[in-house]
Amino acid sequence: MIVYLLRRVGQSILAVVTMAVLVFIGVYAIGNPVDILVSPEASQAEIRATIERLGLDKPLWEQFLTFAGNALRGDLGTSFVYGRPAVEIILQRLPATFELAFVALLISVLIGIPLGVYAGLKPDSLGGRSVMAGSILGFSLPNFWQGMILILIFAVWLGWLPAGGRGPTVELLGIPVSFLTPQGWAYLLLPALNLALFKMALVIRLARANTREVCLQDYIKFARAKGLSPRRIVFVHVMKNIMIPIVTVLGLELGSMIAFAIVTETVFAWPGMGKLLIDSINLLDRPVIVAYLMLTVVIIVTINLAVDILYSILDPRVRLSEVKG
Amino acid sequence: MQMNLRRLAGAVLISSTALASAAAAQELRVGLASEPTSMDPQFHNLATNTQVRLNIFESLIEQDPLQNLEPSLATEWEALDDTTWRFRLREGVAFHDGTPFTARDVIYSVCRIPLVENSPSSFSIYTQSISGMEAEDDHTVIITTNGPNPLLPVESSTWAIMSADASGAEAEVTFADGTCEGLGEVPQQQAFNSPELVIGTGPYKLQESTRGAQIVLTRNDDYWGEAPDWETIRLRPITSAGPRVAALLSGDVDIIESPPIQDLPRLEREGFSVVDTLSNRVIYIALHQEGPHSGITGTDGENPLLDARVREAISLSINRDAIVERIMSGYATSAGELLPPPMFGTSGRPADPYDPDRAKELLAEAGYADGFGLVLGTPNDRYINDEQVAQAVAQMLNRVGIRVTVDAATASQFFSRRNNQEYPAFLAGWGASSGEMSSPLKSLVASFDPDAGMGVTNAGRYSNAEMDELLQKAMVTIDDEERSQLLQQAETIVLDEHGIVPLHYERSAWAMSPKISYEPRVDQYTLAYAVRNAEAD
Repeated sequence: MIVYLLRRVGQSILAVVTMAVLVFIGVYAIGNPVDILVSPEASQAEIRATIERLGLDKPLWEQFLTFAGNALRGDLGTSFVYGRPAVEIILQRLPATFELAFVALLISVLIGIPLGVYAGLKPDSLGGRSVMAGSILGFSLPNFWQGMILILIFAVWLGWLPAGGRGPTVELLGIPVSFLTPQGWAYLLLPALNLALFKMALVIRLARANTREVCLQDYIKFARAKGLSPRRIVFVHVMKNIMIPIVTVLGLELGSMIAFAIVTETVFAWPGMGKLLIDSINLLDRPVIVAYLMLTVVIIVTINLAVDILYSILDPRVRLSEVKG
Repeated sequence: MQMNLRRLAGAVLISSTALASAAAAQELRVGLASEPTSMDPQFHNLATNTQVRLNIFESLIEQDPLQNLEPSLATEWEALDDTTWRFRLREGVAFHDGTPFTARDVIYSVCRIPLVENSPSSFSIYTQSISGMEAEDDHTVIITTNGPNPLLPVESSTWAIMSADASGAEAEVTFADGTCEGLGEVPQQQAFNSPELVIGTGPYKLQESTRGAQIVLTRNDDYWGEAPDWETIRLRPITSAGPRVAALLSGDVDIIESPPIQDLPRLEREGFSVVDTLSNRVIYIALHQEGPHSGITGTDGENPLLDARVREAISLSINRDAIVERIMSGYATSAGELLPPPMFGTSGRPADPYDPDRAKELLAEAGYADGFGLVLGTPNDRYINDEQVAQAVAQMLNRVGIRVTVDAATASQFFSRRNNQEYPAFLAGWGASSGEMSSPLKSLVASFDPDAGMGVTNAGRYSNAEMDELLQKAMVTIDDEERSQLLQQAETIVLDEHGIVPLHYERSAWAMSPKISYEPRVDQYTLAYAVRNAEAD
């Protein structure tokens, strides 16, 4: 187990370092931030001073070494636009994005798994077919369009929910969260649903496929023959066995939901990290872009690691094969 | 269970709408297109920041909706001689914390500007001409400049007056021979995250600022001027245009800035009111006038744009009225100058007519009867419908034989490439923040001399010594009448030889609920405190 862990951690670090190099070079290849930042009326002396202050006069490799050195000490640079540490600015936005992603995950699991299992148990019924047809829509309609339609229906036509933004927040362990107030939920519902739709479709399809597969297994047949109630068969024998692949996929998807809720955050003006990334790209705020991408890399790598470990707990075979290998 | 859930959801909805309508009467909710980068009023010289800070911090002089100068914290000002100015300050004004506003605060505010660290774009370009300040008494300030600077009053409308006491200055703040003393430890912009330090004299106080989400302002009941209509103001940045319109349609906000012009008819149909006005921004085409350029083809390496006849032909072949009507849906006005008349320094010159036949003649006279190939650079997300305008111009030029290909790029790319002179011709815009002619002349068409701050945006490198001389003279002429004449002459020289081709002045629009009104501003600022509650009036 320890060997397995060490190897996975090593791989994760390698992934982070590779990304650092790629991200840095990529971001520094697009546009010159000084042209965007400095007032067009500024004189050359001012422009030169700005370039020097931001360290843009140094060659790329030197800038990268400075960045890497600071990064090792946990400093990912100072935002060109906000004049404050990039990590601080991103962390300020983190709770909003986490909140959105977790609620979306919850929605997709709570709605997706029952529907998927149902469709798997009764694949030929009208209900089962409708669920599958609906999930195709969830997959294929573009995210931003779904978001606009949700706004149009629930905010503009019906006027039930606000069109965007985040509701009032209360402090929970020092972190501002909005899911503890009814008004907060009113703001949270639409963006979370928007973010959840695609994942829900994914969960439905996974749950359905796995249910169908598991239902054909001998132990289900045996349970049925033994006279167990259908309820017990579904909740104990089927559910438990379809969870492993779903947990794996959801772990990966949670990472991408946190890192790339960009479209949803932009459509709903949700003050999360994704919206910060878009704004920073438009302003060529390099330190924030780099810090953001580095942070998401770390988040995704960490979640993958956690999933792998969880997986080895859920499925003893993984652990055993690693010990042998 | 199902019933319970439904009831719960219903209760949630009812309570949220009830809360919203109870607060609605005294609360104004504004959908902004961009978010201020800091609550420090002197951190970032950016329109987004300025339009928010003006609710909280005032300046000595303010600009009215037409960018005329009006008294604010200064009641009168005059030039004693070419380099000395006297500002008389308003008496009986108090900061939000109750301390009185005096000359010391003015000196402190100017002194702090160059000391703001990490400023992306400093306000020091507006204070660098000041070499000393002296408090004659508590309500009189004498400002000395290091040369004649007729723009001092305009420039003083750009910097915010902060409280010296709240910022921790010493009892005496002095500014002589370019050196400030008695500032104490100058607070940096991080400190302005907490409302305690955001102490101005303006009509509103900062209550809360949550990055990315909202800025909440509450009315300053001790405000010296006319009391604004709203108890609280909620500013929400909604950076994408579609969601901003949706927020207005659903009643989440009461007023939005820069609504997309294609949505305006729909908004009006649904009962929202739309106001618009000419802005101080001109959209122009700049032409490369410095040696050959690789983006010009079919001329054996010659640069036809050096010939004034070719430049005139380009101007005559553009049907400005068609662009205004079809592409800008009427939310623009054909431009004949670099600033819309009757603003300061304009001559009232009409836009060039659309005359493709004359354009062809001129091209033939210049020896380009068969035309030539030209790349036209344009941003595609900076100005209203910028790329479509460039495409239309390209088609019009193609009709007289100039084979134009449009090279569109996102703003962050475009401005870098433009400054590297990668385009032989480009479409761009200029908003005159000072509201007078020296701003576009100095930046767009003065001979390129970045060290002197002249022609810094003149990527086409137009140059005319006579015009430079007139402009230089205007920039040190204190007398308004005389300066206006000089600026008009300088501009006329440029336009007569088509050194730059103005296309149109953008109109800026605001859309709002019919219950409120807003006087549209030339500088495109959305000043929340100036929004009126039509029901109250």
